[in-house]
Parts: sequence; structure tokens; C-alpha cells
Amino acid sequence: MNEQIDKELDRRQFLTRAGKAGIAIAATGAVSYLFYDATGPQPRSKTEELVTLPDFSVPQTAGQTMSIVKGYDRVKTVDKAMELLGGIERFVKPGETVAIKPNVAFASPPMLGATTRPELVAEVVRLCYSRGRAKQVYVTDNPINDPASCFRLSGIGKAASRTGAKVILPKDNLFGHTTLTGGKLIRNWPIFFEPFKKVHKLIGIAPIKHHHRSGASMTMKNWYGLLGGRRNIFHQDINTIICELAMMVKPTLVILDGTQVMMTNGPTGGSISDLRRADTLIASCDMVAADSYGCSLLDLKVADLPYLTKADRAGAGTTNYESLKPILATVS
Amino acid sequence: MRIVQTRRISQVFFFSLFAWFCIVSTVGDKLWQLRGWPVNWFLQLDPLVAIGTILTTHSLYWPLLWALVVVSLTIIFGRFFCSWVCPFGSIHHFVGFLGNRKKKAAQKVQLNKYRKAQCVKYLVLIVFLFMAAFPSVGATLQTGLLDPIPLVTRSFNLVLLPIADRSVNVTSVAGRFYESAWLIYAMFLTAVLLNLVIPRFYCRFICPLGALFGVIDRFALWRIGKNQNECVNCRLCEKSCEGGCEPAGNIRISECVLCFNCLDDCKHELISYQTRPSLAGEETDTDISRRGFVLSLASGILAVPVVRLSNKLGSNWYHRVIRPPGALAEEQFLQRCIKCGQCMRVCPTNVIQPGGIDGGLENLWTPVLNNRIGSSGCQLNCVACGQVCPTSALRPIKLSEKLGIGEFAKIGPIKLGTAFLDRPRCLPWAMDRPCIVCEENCPVSPKAIYTQECFNTVRDGILTVKKATNETIETVEDNLPLDKFATGDYYCVIEEGDERTKIVGNTANSIEISPSRQLEEIPAAGSKIQVQVRLQRPHIDIEKCIGCGVCEHECPVSGKKAVRVSAEGETRSTDRTLLLKG
Repeated sequence: MNEQIDKELDRRQFLTRAGKAGIAIAATGAVSYLFYDATGPQPRSKTEELVTLPDFSVPQTAGQTMSIVKGYDRVKTVDKAMELLGGIERFVKPGETVAIKPNVAFASPPMLGATTRPELVAEVVRLCYSRGRAKQVYVTDNPINDPASCFRLSGIGKAASRTGAKVILPKDNLFGHTTLTGGKLIRNWPIFFEPFKKVHKLIGIAPIKHHHRSGASMTMKNWYGLLGGRRNIFHQDINTIICELAMMVKPTLVILDGTQVMMTNGPTGGSISDLRRADTLIASCDMVAADSYGCSLLDLKVADLPYLTKADRAGAGTTNYESLKPILATVS
Repeated sequence: MRIVQTRRISQVFFFSLFAWFCIVSTVGDKLWQLRGWPVNWFLQLDPLVAIGTILTTHSLYWPLLWALVVVSLTIIFGRFFCSWVCPFGSIHHFVGFLGNRKKKAAQKVQLNKYRKAQCVKYLVLIVFLFMAAFPSVGATLQTGLLDPIPLVTRSFNLVLLPIADRSVNVTSVAGRFYESAWLIYAMFLTAVLLNLVIPRFYCRFICPLGALFGVIDRFALWRIGKNQNECVNCRLCEKSCEGGCEPAGNIRISECVLCFNCLDDCKHELISYQTRPSLAGEETDTDISRRGFVLSLASGILAVPVVRLSNKLGSNWYHRVIRPPGALAEEQFLQRCIKCGQCMRVCPTNVIQPGGIDGGLENLWTPVLNNRIGSSGCQLNCVACGQVCPTSALRPIKLSEKLGIGEFAKIGPIKLGTAFLDRPRCLPWAMDRPCIVCEENCPVSPKAIYTQECFNTVRDGILTVKKATNETIETVEDNLPLDKFATGDYYCVIEEGDERTKIVGNTANSIEISPSRQLEEIPAAGSKIQVQVRLQRPHIDIEKCIGCGVCEHECPVSGKKAVRVSAEGETRSTDRTLLLKG
């Protein structure tokens, strides 16, 4: 090298170097062209790809839309309630996949009634497998408290795994943005979507609970668990959001558990004294009807829960559950 | 098998065991979850934890008896822990090997020579022990800052594991977050990278646990030494010497980490592991000067009173230092907490965070609740943190004690602090918006957050009636926001009347009343009506509030929350009570 420094650059060397310099400049120019942005960033330029929840409902059978079974043993009452609607076979076909959405909102033991009872979840899973011959059953929710703790303490995690269902916890990558047609609040909002994307059927199972803000938490409010993001801000307009949830989710079936009703201190409860026995279990293809009946167990009228009338008006179901001629039964 | 091979197997084994214990520290009963794994074992083995807590509390908490095993084995075999067990030591060993493996033998000998500065670690030890030793001037346990076992435990659990777990979600559903984990990482990274300057830099110059072993090592029955004095003096034995203890000459027993490399490297088998002193002579004393000893002793004793001049244990205590359930009163807590981060790792909601220095220097990396991080404040039915605390700075309480039920019913639940409402930020209080998410989520029964109903006339809410039926009222005003009053939270009051009727809908110039609650009296044209919003305004019952922070976590005012927990009223300290007991 030292020798070359002394030497004059010969023509060949100069041309080679000039060629390399030219290529380097051209490459810089090409890169600049590729990344060229004439406008700069726009406000809110990021658009999410929207997803839509499938419709899980099954065709109506006149006179078999809603059943109300009295009794204290949830396993027996849910068996009877399903039988009265035509059996689980009507809803779950062999080889299908089913998602079950219990209320697993709080990390609290089953006896306090803040969450869906595990034996109820287990029995519905069992029915799906044994009578409905489902291929796979999933149990899922996006709880308020720590998800893993909620599934553990509520006993639902164990109930699911014992009966062969798979628990899906709300990981970040399982959410997608959705916009509800005709909705005011659910617009470009993240929902817990992936577990429901590919399943054939969806069953909601919720207890009846007092809820200070909305009056009552039942099957419609249970879909709050599908919302992601900062869903708490919807409490500013609780009736509209519950109505929109009822519009957005079209379940195969809902099961409303009024065996023990949380009368006070809802929706968390925390004491057995918050509960009252009502010995009632409702299965319904119309969740507005189920909740309209269920509120009576909380000593409330339909007019006390504005979201019921709203959902009725929006066409999500009927508050006039009598018109569905619910089938009544009692099991001992 | 060569002894160095055995040593490598031991290092890989204990390192893997340590890493496994970090992974399984998730509450749960699966094989890869906590079940019964002894995840504190390495911390219990650590004699510095045992001696530190003995100095501060004058007692040896029973699980720390494991340290006796290590001390006994050290007295028999020498400083085996450093090169055979210590997971942090194994990292240094490996990184030092990687970084210097291509150097020439002579360079390696130079790297691994003894340095006078190796006595610094003894001074570090002295400072820490004397900070702990005199309760009369204030005793605090700060060994955890540099003690390698707590250091590597928190570095793994609070930094490396959360990052590694991001993609696989084995240890948590959503990612874990730790406030100022970068500082823990910076310390860990610095310690590891210093191996590229000098192998086992941390072990040789800083490690207070190594220093402790160095002091004990003088009693060791077996030690490395020359079995004859005649030697070609090739110094190959110092080529890979991990401790920098000069095995070729006058071996420094207190520096020897028992890596056995010298024994393996000596081509003439002049070095052996033996009971008699090295025939080339040995040095059992540590190389600290009298001046160094006195200075570090004095600074250790003085450090605590100096730090406590901030009066963080007195009237200037920091209200955001909210300790996990079962924490001892602050002074006793600081005498036990070794900043290992086990409680932060195991906490299922991720609410326990490494503390910063806002609460005083001693607060650094001690467990503090931050309700803005994690999945939901301090979970009511959970006592996991106390169960894993290796020193009982957080007592292993039972659920009945936390909830104040059963045998603890008389004492009542453990309060971590008290929630305070910031009314100017609260939606129903300041902005006439319904909300009460805090009330809904309060897990106490009966709820510590209760509401009082009130009706406020909305802005521009006094309207003039144009025409009315018993279901709709047309107004003179024709600019009502469309359907704004249809949410079920708005009511209509006829002037002078006290009857409120729920509004179910509105257009720009009319208001629709719920058909089931028709107006008793149809307002006349020209009369005034008011549109009111029904608000449930939250109040906090400080006698019921347990300071769990679920309300703060859930509050939709997401920047500075409208309800925040502060440590006043915590049960662990009597001088921070809020209420007169009546």
C-alpha cells in the first residue's frame, strides 16, 4: 500500500474507482426513491383490518326457543332445560367445534357466585361431547381480574380440562378490531376474536347478578368479556354498550343460571350473604327473552333495565318472553 | 473423568436448576408451574443472606438453615460454591472463557494474575455487614444490592425471563412488566461484560459473598497447593486461574475459587488438592490494609444514619411505598428484604414492582405495589408473595389472615393502604358522566366503595315546552343533540315538580318518555322542563377499604387515575393509621 501512495493513479484505477463511486451514488438515490414520501404522516393514518363475529344462531323451532327449569341441582336442571329445547343435538352437530363463554370475570371461588358455576360448565361440555358429538369444545373469557387466576380460582379451568374442553386465555394476539353495523360505541374496537373465528357454535353461560351501574348482569352483559382495550370507558353509556353487545353476538344458545342469585354487592359479591336461592335455570335461543325473565329473580322489571328495551328495539330479541311460550319444568 | 469436567457438569447442572426454578415460579399446579418446586433454594443456600439477617434481626429464619450446609462444606472443601454451584459465577466463568479463549497463554497468565484491588470485595462486605450490625444507629440489610444470588435471581426473573417469554407466553398470558427493570439489567450487563476486561471481574473484585467465602476459606481442610516446591516455573497453572490466586507461587487461599484449572493445566502434576499447605507457601489472610478495614467499617456504620437523615422512616415516609400483604413494619421489613424479586416474580397479577429511590435509598428494588401495572391490583384471594419470600420480610400469611376471617375475624383484614378519590378527575363527580367502574370492581363485601345518587341538570338542559303528550314533549329549542338522552341515564323534570321521568329517546326538538312511566301531569305549552342526568357518585368507606388497588387499576381515567391508593392506614404500621378506633 505504501508504495501505491507514492504512485500517480493510473487510468484503469481511476475508472474503477469512478465506477464504484457512481454505483454508490446510484444506490443511495435508489434507496431514497424507494422510501420517498411526499406527504408525511397523516393524523390517525393507521387503519386496522376489521373482523366480524360469525352468526352462530340455529334456525328457530316454534315453541322450543326458551325453557325454564326449576330445581337446585344445576346438572339436572341444565340437562332438563336442554332436553326441552330439543336436546343439545339440535344445536351441536357431530364433528362441530363449540365455544363456551362462561362469566369468569373475577378471581373468586365458585361458592360466592360471582362467576359461572364450574359444574354447569362441565355439564354443558359433557353434553356437547357425548350427545352432540362435538369435535372440540373451547371454554374462554377475557376476565377483569388476572385471567389465569380467574380460571383457576373459579374452578372453571379445572372443570374444562376435566371434561376435555380446552381453555383459551386472552393473549394479546387473539384480539381483532371490529365495527358493529349500526353501532354507536363498537366502532373499530378490539374484541376477543380468534377463539370464535373458526368455531361452529357459541354457547353463553352466565349467572344472574346484581350490577350497580346497569341494574343486572346476565347473559347479555356476559358478552362484555369479548371486549378488549379500555372497555371500562363504556360504563359511561352502559345500556347502549350492552345493547350493542347483544346486536354483535349471535349465540347458538344462552344459559342463564338463577339457581343462586346475587342480590347485593354485585357484580363481585364476596359473601355468601349476597346470594339468594331462586332455584331456576333458563336456556334460551333468545338472550333478550332470557334476561327479561331473569331480571324478575332480582326483583326487577324489564323497564328497570333500559338495555332490554333497547335490545328489543334493535331486533336482538324480545322482552316479551311470554310470546315465546317458554317451556316450564321442575326437577327434583 | 478429569476433575474440571466434573466441575463443568456441576456448573451446568446448578445453572440449569437455577434457570428452571426461575421459569417455574408461576402460580399454578402444572409441572412447569410453582406446585412444590423449592424455588428459593439458591437464596437459602446463600450464607450472606443468613448472616445478614442474623445481624439485623438476631435470629436465623428456619429456611435459611441451608446456608449452614454451604458454610460447613466451605470449611471442609474451600470456596467450592463459586466455581461449582453459583449460577452467577457460572455465567462469569463462561463469558470470561468465551471472551478470552483466543488469547495467547502468556496473555492469559497476565489476565489471571493477582491484583491488589481484589481486596475491594472484602471492603464491600465490611460496609454491608456494618450497615446491618448496629440497630442502635439503624440497621438495614443492603447486601442484596450486590449479593450475587439475589442479583442474578432478580436479573433473570425481572428482566431476562419477561423478554424471553414475550413470544411463548409460558410464564404469563400477557407480558410481564417491571418498573425500571432497565437499571437491574444495566447492573447485570455491566457485571457480565466486565468479564471481557478481566475474567470473573465481579467475583474477584466486587462479590461480597465471595469475600465471605474468602474469609471462611482460611479454615478449609482441603486446599489447592503444590505437592513439591521444585517447579520449572512455566506458570501455565495461572493461565486459566479463575480466582487470580497465584497457584504458581505463594497461593492465596482466600482468592481460590476451586476451579481446578491449575491442577488440570500443570503438565508435571505438581499441583494437587490436599490437606497440607502448599509446599511453595500459601497466604490465608485477605489482603486488606488496616486503613481499608477501618474506613469501610466506619463508612458502613455511618451509611445508615446518613441515609436515614431523609427521615423516610419517620414523618417524611413516602405514601406510594405500598407493601405487599404480610409485609413487616417498615423498619423490620428493611432488616429482612434482600431485593431478590421473588415476590415480584410470583405475583400472579404483576402488581408487585421493584421500588425506586423516591421512597428513600433503602427502598431500591424492594417490593412496592404499582396498580397501574399488571392485570388487576392485589388479588383478594391470593397470598403467593409471602409464601416465596425467603427471609420472611413478607410473612407467609394464610388467606384467612389476609381476609380477616376465621381466627382473624377479630383483627380484621390486612389493609395495604387506603383508596382516595380525586373528585376533580372523577367522571361522575367532576364531569357529570355516569361511570362507577371502581364501585363495580371493589372486591370487598360489603363494598368499600359505595355510591350516592344525584340528579344534575345538564348544560343547556332547561327547555321550553312547545307541545306535549304523555309520551313525548316537543320543545321550542330545536338543537338537542340527537339521541344523546337515550342512554337510560337521563331524566326529565317538569318545572316545580319533583317527579322525574326516564327519557328513552330524543330528536332535535322532542323528548320521548318511557311508555311504562308516563307523565302524571302533561306540561303546558310555554312551561319549562329540565333534562337531568342520573349520577351515582362514588364514596370510599375507609373502614372497609383494604387498599388492594383494584379500583385504581380499573379506573377509566387512564392518565392520573381518579381513584388512587396511598399507604395511609396500612395495618403493618401503627404510626400511619388514618382512623380513630372507636
